[in-house]
Amino acid sequence: MDIQIKKEINAVVVTITGRLDAVTAPEYEKRLNELIAAEELCFVLDFEQLDYISSAGLRALLAAAKRLKGKGGQLRFANVRGTVKEVFDISGFGAIFQIHDSVTGALSGIG
Amino acid sequence: MEFHTLIRTASVGNLETVIGFVERRADHFGLNQNKKFGLLIAIEEAFVNICHYAYPDGVGEVELVCRRGVGSFEVEIADCGIPFDLLSLPDPDTTADIMERKIGGLGLYFIRKMTDEVSYRRENGRNILRLVLHIEKEPGS
Repeated sequence: MDIQIKKEINAVVVTITGRLDAVTAPEYEKRLNELIAAEELCFVLDFEQLDYISSAGLRALLAAAKRLKGKGGQLRFANVRGTVKEVFDISGFGAIFQIHDSVTGALSGIG
Repeated sequence: MEFHTLIRTASVGNLETVIGFVERRADHFGLNQNKKFGLLIAIEEAFVNICHYAYPDGVGEVELVCRRGVGSFEVEIADCGIPFDLLSLPDPDTTADIMERKIGGLGLYFIRKMTDEVSYRRENGRNILRLVLHIEKEPGS
């Protein structure tokens, strides 16, 4: 797993490459938590290069979403595709998260 | 009958080895890519569950057996830990919103959803979870 963090004007874009599983999810969640602790409140999680996600990955996303919601922040997803989208749909996460076709679309959705 | 076995310590650090083993056997026995993807999620969920809960007092092993059945690819995951039927748990609420949403049970839900058949048995002091994926014949073959 590789994580790239890029600060845009109105949000932080976090791009993950590889797998979000029981081995990698704790590190991903830790990185998000560090950003939230540093008072970042608006996030776009870019999944274009994400090959795989399991319940451990979803747990990390849910934890970050709850933390942000408690602080009045925002979490949006971009490029949720293929097998990752299938997991989102089966778990019901596709319905509770805001998902956009592109990072640009997600950024413009943040007020 | 041809089958392949892998035995590893029940540690999340062995996840990559376990997934790689099942993936190569699934390819070997001709499981299609879409079903293989679902199976690998189910395997992760079952394996990680054993790592977290089967051996509360120490370390133990997990045994995986992959075989070709009649029109199917089968994986059995066995541990010698505390008796536990994962399938006895209820499905999670997949409609709750973010703040009410819980993750517990989602792994089991994936195991059910991503396989064609799943069953549990307790045998000779072992928990054995059996996952079955049907293999469709290619048109014209």
